[in-house]
Order: sequence, then structure tokens, then C-alpha cells
Amino acid sequence: MLYNKPDPQEVKVLTRRFGLENSASIDTYLATDGYQGFLKAREMTPDDIITEVKTSNLRGRGGAGFPTGMKWGFVPRTSPKPKYIVVNGDESEPGTCKDRLLIENDPHQLLEGMMIAGLAVDAHAGYVYIRGEYRYLIDILDKAIAEAYSRGWLGKNIQGTGFDFDVYTQTGAGAYECGEESALLESLEGKRGVPRIRPPFPAVSGAFQCPTVLNNVETYSAVPSILRDGGAAFASLGTPRNGGTRLFCLSGHINRPGVYELPMGFNLLRMIEEVGGGVWRGKKLKAVIPGGSSCPVLTADECDLAMDYDTLAKAKTMLGSGGVVVMDEDTCMVKAAMRIMRFYAHESCGWCIPCREGTAWLRKLLIRFHDGGGARSDIDLIGDVARNMLGRTFCPLGDAAAMPTISFVEKFRGEFEAHLAGRPCPHEHADHLALV
Amino acid sequence: MTFSPELEAKFDKLMKSYPPGRLRSALVPMLLFGQDELGSITPELIDEIVNRIGVTRLQVQEVLSYYSMLHTKPLGRHHVQVCTNISCLLRGGDKLWDHVCERTGLKNKEVSADGQVSIEEVECIGACSWAPAVQVNYDFHHNVTREELDRLLDGLEKKQ
Amino acid sequence: MSDLVHLTIDGKPIEAPAGTLLIDAVRKYGIEIPAFCYYEGLALQAACRMCLVEVEKMPKLQTACTLPVAEGMVVRTETPVVADARKAMLELVLTNHPLDCPVCDKGGECELQDMTFRYGAGEGRFNETKQHIDEKQWSPVVFFDRPRCILCYRCVRICNEGMGVAALGIANRAVTSEIIPNEADHLNCDECGMCIDVCPVGALTSGPYRYKTRPWEMDHIATICAHCADGCKTTLGVRNNSIIRANNRDHSGLNGDFLCVKGRFAFDYGASQERLQTPLARVDGKLEPISWTRALKTIAAKFGEVRQRGGAFGVIGSNHTTNEENYYLQKFARQGLGTNNIDHHRTGDVITLIDALAGKGGQLATVEDIYNAPAVVVLGCDLSHQHPMLAYQLRANVRHHQAQIYPITPGPVREDNQATRSLRVDKGGEVEALGSLAAELKQAGGVVILYGDPVKGDAVRKLVDFGESLGVPVKYVALVDYSNSRGAIEMGLTPELLPGMTPSNTGGMRIGQMLASTDLDVLWVVGANPLKNRAALAGKPFLVVQDLFRTETAEQADIVLPAGSAYEKNGTVTNVCGQVQMLKKGIGAMGTKTDLDIFALLAKEMKLDLGPATPDALLAEIRTTVKGYDVVLAVLATGGAAMTGVNGPVAIDVPVDAIHSANDTMYTSGSISRYSKALTSLMEYPGELYSGKSK
Ligand SMILES: Cc1cc2nc3c(=O)[nH]c(=O)nc-3n(C[C@H](O)[C@H](O)[C@H](O)COP(=O)(O)O)c2cc1C
Ligand code: SF4
Ligand code: FES
Repeated sequence: MLYNKPDPQEVKVLTRRFGLENSASIDTYLATDGYQGFLKAREMTPDDIITEVKTSNLRGRGGAGFPTGMKWGFVPRTSPKPKYIVVNGDESEPGTCKDRLLIENDPHQLLEGMMIAGLAVDAHAGYVYIRGEYRYLIDILDKAIAEAYSRGWLGKNIQGTGFDFDVYTQTGAGAYECGEESALLESLEGKRGVPRIRPPFPAVSGAFQCPTVLNNVETYSAVPSILRDGGAAFASLGTPRNGGTRLFCLSGHINRPGVYELPMGFNLLRMIEEVGGGVWRGKKLKAVIPGGSSCPVLTADECDLAMDYDTLAKAKTMLGSGGVVVMDEDTCMVKAAMRIMRFYAHESCGWCIPCREGTAWLRKLLIRFHDGGGARSDIDLIGDVARNMLGRTFCPLGDAAAMPTISFVEKFRGEFEAHLAGRPCPHEHADHLALV
Repeated sequence: MTFSPELEAKFDKLMKSYPPGRLRSALVPMLLFGQDELGSITPELIDEIVNRIGVTRLQVQEVLSYYSMLHTKPLGRHHVQVCTNISCLLRGGDKLWDHVCERTGLKNKEVSADGQVSIEEVECIGACSWAPAVQVNYDFHHNVTREELDRLLDGLEKKQ
Repeated sequence: MSDLVHLTIDGKPIEAPAGTLLIDAVRKYGIEIPAFCYYEGLALQAACRMCLVEVEKMPKLQTACTLPVAEGMVVRTETPVVADARKAMLELVLTNHPLDCPVCDKGGECELQDMTFRYGAGEGRFNETKQHIDEKQWSPVVFFDRPRCILCYRCVRICNEGMGVAALGIANRAVTSEIIPNEADHLNCDECGMCIDVCPVGALTSGPYRYKTRPWEMDHIATICAHCADGCKTTLGVRNNSIIRANNRDHSGLNGDFLCVKGRFAFDYGASQERLQTPLARVDGKLEPISWTRALKTIAAKFGEVRQRGGAFGVIGSNHTTNEENYYLQKFARQGLGTNNIDHHRTGDVITLIDALAGKGGQLATVEDIYNAPAVVVLGCDLSHQHPMLAYQLRANVRHHQAQIYPITPGPVREDNQATRSLRVDKGGEVEALGSLAAELKQAGGVVILYGDPVKGDAVRKLVDFGESLGVPVKYVALVDYSNSRGAIEMGLTPELLPGMTPSNTGGMRIGQMLASTDLDVLWVVGANPLKNRAALAGKPFLVVQDLFRTETAEQADIVLPAGSAYEKNGTVTNVCGQVQMLKKGIGAMGTKTDLDIFALLAKEMKLDLGPATPDALLAEIRTTVKGYDVVLAVLATGGAAMTGVNGPVAIDVPVDAIHSANDTMYTSGSISRYSKALTSLMEYPGELYSGKSK
């Protein structure tokens, strides 16, 4: 089982079973309060379940941070169409590797979260969409699902409660864009992963054009404890409007990279210093991407921040998917910007002009610039092209590519200029780029 | 065309996983699982899928060319994928990639002459906190050093 | 019907029905929001981002192509921010665009050029290498150049939704995305060229047209397609007296943007090497060229002599010639030659329908009705093949109004894909099978019934009785085949009926009888090929043939006169629904004369007084004398379609045995199509009915 050494500052709600022997088995799950949240929810009205989730201040862990209870409330429960619960397990945002742990270590927690969502919106079937690269997780989850069926925790008349629920796994096959909710639904329908025009939103017309709740793995995984221990308890772990804990994925130039469950609002500098053990090799901190590669980068000076959605929004960046990428003083920011743009240019679905052409242009431009073929005017051009995409693309992938780029150029302009002088890359000698 | 009993079972399960009239939903999983068994997406596999779930060849083509894990040409028996995305890059993923290229003498997405090894520079594979990461087929290797990578490649060569 | 909402656009108050898309709502007020991917009537894409506008209280720019109007909305369509966004989109889309405008077919008609001009995005800052992919030929008529493509997906949608063919798709992703054909490296489709037509740039080009001309060097002449009976409007691109292209440039007319493969590409039959350019006369058993003067004199002399001695004439008219020509020909036959032996190839039972409808509630349907009816029934016809434009309207009806469709046919047809229910019956069993749909049709609240040649005589009467029994509005179309089959009947090209479907009350031979007769002294065949599938005439009449080609019939003639095609004359034609439209002469063909001119010259030669013989004068005469044809001249003159008002009863016995469809597919057109290089070069040619596919 993949799991890093826990840290004493962690508040283990979603990860409480991590590290237990056979943590993924239904026996372990049942022995540790498993499915109690579902049983409790079964006694409640759908409205009360949704209220409980609203009380918890749980916000979507997939990236956008939309309040989960409110999202569930948008589902027209009385619609004659079947309703679906869809799990976003596409986890492809660079810097993010938490959903993987949640499925690997505690798949039943996810299933229970889905069932509770099913109770809340009158859905009786769910799909877990998992990126193709995570094949082993599909096997783990399929096993957990089979266990749940055989023990009466899935299928018809679950535990005699009269509630029916089926779960299916669905694999992706290599496409970041399929993490975008509507593109995911297209992929689930056997199509290219191109997003849909919204409205209608998935709550009204989602999977198979039916009302659908679509959340991230971590979001669903938080739900059982919310129902079991109450929304207020979950909310109190975090900051106002930012309930509970979340899994932060620490990566990059840090001594103890890993996935840590910390309360919302945990200070970023402390996270790096105390939980992550500080910047490696005694180096100084240069920059942090606080929530996965789509988020504008923070300079070292900007990092004294409470890690919650609202504080980061004020700092003109985002909490995103919880991927905290730490960069030390020797990092070449041009190279970082270039690598990130290569990613978006590769992953754009190609549907709309600004994203398709903008990412491709920026990719070429940044590669040339980084390789030493840049001109001073290119620095402004990089920012301009990114700004020309911003807010104008069909789906947020374009913004996800533009925002970090703009921030790299604005905040590290000096490094771009230095590149013109120290062609090709003034940092290429830095020893940390050699292997660990 | 018949597949292994395991794959047939997977396909059967898929055919029952969707609401009525929604068999097309099985397309992506069928392509990927079929590729896993056959080594690539062959014309025969496409024909079979077309017949089983009632999509057109054009629809299959549209989909299979979209997803980066789907291939119509066989990969090596061991497909070595090196992540060079941001978290891995910061920990030397790009150098690992250079090393793999150098050692195998292959370029991105090329297959060795004996068909044993192919290499690919991949985007983030969800191992950021254990970077740099390498995936050989579906198996993850975390915190990979140059030495470990060499051992890994040696092992693959022996496995042939 | 729907409620009006009020909003403010660029400071102007406007109103529009709730649910209207902003991009459509403003058009009426003279505001044009630019768009590449938006195409009226097709699925929304929001892909090109050209239509971005500012909407008050919305943080980001919004796409007007997906935004329904709402009460109180305040929109700005041309602010500096909006212009900047559009300019940015253009700069972006031009990054990989080859900018080969000087050698691009689309130059001058390119929406990308126009937009770049409008937003002044003439300078690009893109200094990287452009992505290049070689141009591909997908079929004899369709070429694709990926670098020019802006991925608006119009082509994909028109093929999927408009045509119901789905021959185009999208491959790859990101900047490597491209449009692909259904057969890996080529197309297997209708070859209609709709994809070329809707392409806003020069990515999809037409095989026959490419690199022939600049668009502004052509004259654009709007006329009516010469092939099937649907009567699509087409604009001929004419340069140096030759037709270089056909498309429906301004999207006006019954067909809107539609043209099928014949309409778009098969104008070339007229330019065939095999086209007759001089009259021919039989000398020593062989056809040899002679002059017009001699040819006409010979015919006039023969006709005069036969009439003098009370000999027998037979006249076979055409389904392609104009109303004016047909009207004049029957006058020539009846008054000039004193014969009632006049007929044409009848392809559908219109007459019984008109008679059966007399005094009933049912009506004739227009093309528009097919687009609007809540339910449409197709009896005994492979509509997509035999009436491509009607089939297009039908699909649009399903897309836009969720119409119920019921094909009742002997084999699979494309309409099955849109059908609520399809019924398979043997030919002749259609009307009976219809009974099982009564309840559904009643519920639908209105029906258009289209019927092909298996439904004739009593079956038509039963059909009308069935329609009457539904108690909802029912309209009918008697499906006929050729560009003016309808006009041939109504202009009196049958022994039974005078113009206006007035019974002639005189006996006369029908085609079959003429061909089998041993008593005819003269047989005059105008624009028809009755000997196509027949060995020879039974008798030995003096055979005069007017045609474009040496058809099977012409080969047996004593004199052959080279006639003008539909693109070479003025006049009117009546389509399958009974809608009259005007032909406009696009070109002239060397050595030929229009059928009308030939008639007039013969009349003059024979010193017959049949009245004036110009299209205008004859139309005036038709409008005043032919029942149902008092159509509004202004409608015709402005390129509109005027519905005829032919009413029964028509008290004659309809010879049902004489009615049979030509069974043309979408790639054939009687005897003409084999002279079209464009059609015969297609791998799909000649096609097959009731196979459920185009090939
Ligand atoms: C380009 C793009 C990629 C995304 N990738 C993911 C992903 O991999 N996993 C995920 O949970 N959400 C992803 N999202 C966010 C989803 O669209 C969606 O907001 C989320 O799954 C909703 O769940 P939540 O409310 O629980 O966060 C992505 C969004 C965009 C625009
Ligand atoms: S080929 Fe033309 S119509 Fe088709 S997507 Fe490209 S630009 Fe649009
Ligand atoms: S027309 Fe609106 S995005 Fe293309």
C-alpha cells in the first residue's frame, strides 16, 4: 500500500484507516465505523442529508471548490429520469496524487460516500471514472465493490433498508481533459473527451442526459464522516466557509514530500517547514504552486497564507486540487513555465480556438525562449498570448494554462530577462537538477 | 474474434454496466482492455467492438485517436514511461528521461527492434509526492534514481 | 406564439421570442455578431469564440451563439473589449493558418478573410514554424486541406445532422486535431458537397471547381436545378460562357442552403464532349450533320405533308422542358398538327390525387409543410435518393421540431434512422399498412403524406379517405421524378388532359401505344428517351428527336435537333409539390437552340399561327388561361416559389399502368446523368434504392 509516513500535525479524518492492516478490506472498514454514515443517512430525509453536508462546509476537492451540499441541492429529485452518482477519479492535475491514495487505502469510504449521495438525490447507480494509468486502482475498487455486493452493502435492498444502489467502474485512457466534469461525462458515454456547453449543468443533465451528482474522490470520501459525526464537527476542523480537512500533496524540493491530511486553513509556510520538513538541501524557498499546476505561482514572500479557498483567492491564486509544488532557489522558472505549458498543449482537447492555438503557440514560444532563442519582446508576448486566452476559452482548461503562465511572467520577469543574457539556461548547471 | 476468458468476462461485465441503449459507453474501456491483451488496437478488435456495441468505425477512430493511451501500433512488451511533468521535473525526471533515451537508443514512443521495450515521456501520472516516477506498463516505480532505473531496465532485458 | 422578452443591445431596445439565441435575435435589428462555428439549424458548438459579447452582470464575455435572450438583458456587441477578444481569436487562429490566400479558392468568399479585414488583425506576432499537413483528396469532388481548417466543425455537423450520413469525424486532439473521412483516407458518402458549401474557409474545396477561377470573375446566375423534381434553387458561377460551379449562394429558395450531389456537381452534363452541336439527318442509314435550315425545312415539309394527307402524328414531350415549352408543344400538337396523340413519361399519380381531394379537407403540401408538419409519412419511396431536398427538410423537421416520421417502404431507407417507426411492405401494400398508424397520426395533430409510384389509382383514393378519417389537417405530395414532371401534366402533355387538368374528352395515344403503333407517320420526341430500354419502334414513322445527346432514341431518328439544356434557357418549371419557379439562362451552347425556339421556327416554317413564342409571352398566356397557374409574377421574378392552385375534380380515367417512376438514385438522373463526368467518376455511382445506404 502506497502511503508516506504520517505527520503528527495531521488531523486524520479521511485517512484514518491509512496504514491499518488490510485497510482496503470491508472487514477493516466495518470494524472501524464503516457504513455507519450510510445507515444514519438512511434514517434521514434527503433534505436533511443535504443540510448536513451544507453544514459541514465541505467544498469540492476536485479543483473549483464549489460547496458540495449546494451542488447536491441542484439535482431535481422529482425528475422522472434516473439519477446518477459519478465519481471523478481522473486525477491528472500535475502535482496531485491524493485520490489515488484514497482509493487504494480506503475504497469503501468512497463507496459509502457515493451511497449517501445516492440517498440525498434519489440515485440508485453510480460510476467511478478512474484515469487509465491507475489500472491497479480499478482492480482494487472492483474488488471492494464485489465485497460490498457479497456482504449486502451494495445491490438490492442494502442491509434490509430497502435502498438499492449499484456501482460500476469506468476507465479513462489518457486524457487530462476528461477530469473536467462534462468532458468526463462525454468519455463515460464513449465519446471524445470534449466538454459540453453549459448550462445545462450535470445536476440537471449529466450522465446519459440525466440528473447527476459529480464530485471528486476526496469529496465523496469526506461524506461518511460528515454523516457519522455530524456536519458541524467536520466544519469545525477548518476555517469559516472552508470546512474540514483536506489532503495536501507535497512535492518538489522538499525534504519529506508526501500526502498529508491537514485542516483547512493550515499555514502554507508551516506546511512546508514543519510537515514537509523544509526545503531540501538547506536551500532557500523560491516559489510554490499551491494547488496543482493550474494555479498561479506564489513567490516565497507570498507564502505566509492560510490554505483555504478564500484566502488563496484573495492572494490571486487557488487551492485547486491540493497539489503543493515547492521550488527552491535554483529552480529555473522559465523551464517550469515551459514544462507546464507543454502539458496543457498536449492535453487541450482542441475544441476551441483560443485553447487549441494558444497553448500550442505558447508551447513553441516557451521552448524556443528556454532554449536560448528568445528575444526581449517575447517576454511580453508570452504574457499577451496567455491573457488573450484567459476567460475566453470553452472550458477552464484554457484558463488553467493561461493563469500560471501569466503569473510566471509577471512574478519572475527577471528570470526571463536573465535567460536572454545567460543563454541557454542560467540554471541548467544547478546541481539539484542532477538526479537525487 | 474471441478473446481470453478474462477479457470476455470484462466485456460481458461492461455490456451490463450501462442503461439500456447506452452500449457506446463501453467503447473506451473495451479499446483499452482489448489493447492490453492484444498489444495494440488491431483492425480485428475494432471490427469486434463495432459489432458488439453498434458504433461506427468512424466513431471508433475519433475516440481512439483522442486518448493518449490508445495505440494502433504495438508498443514494446515493456512500455517504459517516464514522467517529466512539474513535480517529477523538479526532482530530475527530465534527466531520467534523457537517460532512458540514451540507454535504449530510442526516441519518444519508439519500440526496440526486438519489440521488447518502448519508451514514452509522459505527463503527470499521479505520483508527484514520490517523484520522480516511472511506470512500466501499469506498474509504478517511485522515487526512481538513475541507478534504480538502470537496474529496472536491466531486469526488463533479462525478462525477455 | 412564445412570449417576447425585451433586452437592450448596444443601447437599442429590442425584443425577441423567449429562448431565441442572442446571435439570432440581433440579426433582425441589423446587428451582426461574427461567428465561424455557429451555423443556423445545426447543433451549437461555442468553439470559435468569435461571438463573444459583453453582458451586464456577467463577469466574463459570453458566447452569443449559446446565450438565450432574457428579459432585461443588457448586451454590448462591439466594445473595445469585445473587439480585442475577436482580434485575439483571429490572431490565434491565423497562427497555423497557411495564409495562402492568393492561391486559395476561397479568396474573396472567405469568412476568415472577411473577419480579419473587419477586426484589423492583419499583423500576427507568431514567429514559430507553422504546423503543416499535406492536402488530401477524399473523393473526386472533395479535397481537404488541414492547415486552412479552423475547426469550426460545420462540415461534421452538416454531414451528421443535415445529411444523416455522418461521413466526417474529428481525429486526434489539441492542435493536431483534424477532420477525417469515414473510410480512413477517402469518403464513402452522398458526395453532396454540403461540407464544402458550409466551410467558412478554403479547407474543403470542390474537385471540379478548384483553381478554375476567382469568385469575382464569375457571373452568379440564380436558376433552378435541372435534375430531380424537388426544384432546388442553384446559383451558377459562369465565366466565359461556361458553368464553373453551382451552389446556392444566398441560401434563398425552397432548399435554403441545400444542394445534393446532382445539384452541386452535375451541371457538367451540358459541357459533355458528347453534346450535340449540329442537327443530324439520316443519310444512307447513318446520321450525318446538316444545317439547321435544312433540318427545319425537311421537318416542316414532312409535317405539312402528313397533315395534309390526314396522316397520324405522335408527340412525346419532356419532363425537363419548361412550362412554356410544354404549353406551346401541346398547342403545336393539338392546333398545329391536329393530333391528340401527345404524352410524356408519367412518374407519379398526381391526377387521381387532385381528383380525390376535390371537395375534401386535404390539401397539397409545400416544401415548407414538410419542414413544419408534426408527422410525415413516406409511402413507397426512397426519399433520400429520389427526393434529396425533401429528405433534408424532413431531417431538419425532426431536429428542430421533433417531428414523427414513418417510412413505409419495401426496403431500408435512410429515413429509418429518424423514424418513429418504419414499416416494411411489398410494393402496393403501403396504404393498407398505413392503417396501423391511424392513432399515432391523429395524436400528432397534423400529417404530410408523401407517396411514390406504387401508390396510384384507387390506392390514392383510399389514401385520401384515410387522411380524411384522421380528423386532423392532412397534406399530400404525389412524388414525381423530374425537374418538370409536374408541369408536363399540368401543361397538357397527356391525351386525356388539356392545360390546367381540363379533360380533353378526345381520344389519343399514350407513349406505349405510340411506340407499339404501326400506323404512325410521324413520331416527334422532345427531350425524352423512350427507347432507352426498348429495342425499336414497332412501326416506321418519320422520327424527329430534339435532345442534348445521341440517346438511344436519337440514334434511331430520321432527324435529330440539338436542344438547349435547362441552364441555357428562361422559363418556369413546377416542382414536385406544385410550386412554380423561374429558370434563368446561364449560358448558351454552341449550335443548339432551345426547344421553344425550335418549336417556333418550325411553326413559322409551317406557317402556323400559334401565338407568340417567347417565354414571357407564354407565361403571361399560361397565367391567364391555365387553371391554377395565375401565380404571382412578383414572387417568380424575385426568385421565389409560387404555389399553384390546381383543383379538382378531374373527371377522367387515369391510366395507372402508364405511371412508373424512373427509380433514379441520388447519383442518377434519367438519361442525363451518364453524361456527367462528376457523377460517373464517383465510386458511389450509380447507387441503389432501398439499400439503406448511399452506396
Ligand atoms: C481541465 C480540468 C481538469 C480537471 N481535472 C479534474 C480531475 O482530474 N479530478 C477532479 O476531481 N476534478 C477535476 N476537475 C474539476 C471538475 O471539473 C469538477 O469541478 C470536479 O470534479 C467537481 O467535483 P468537486 O466539486 O468534488 O470538486 C477538472 C477541471 C478542469 C477544468
Ligand atoms: S473543414 Fe471547414 S467546415 Fe470543416 S471544420 Fe474545417 S473549417 Fe470548419
Ligand atoms: S459562434 Fe459562438 S463560439 Fe463560435
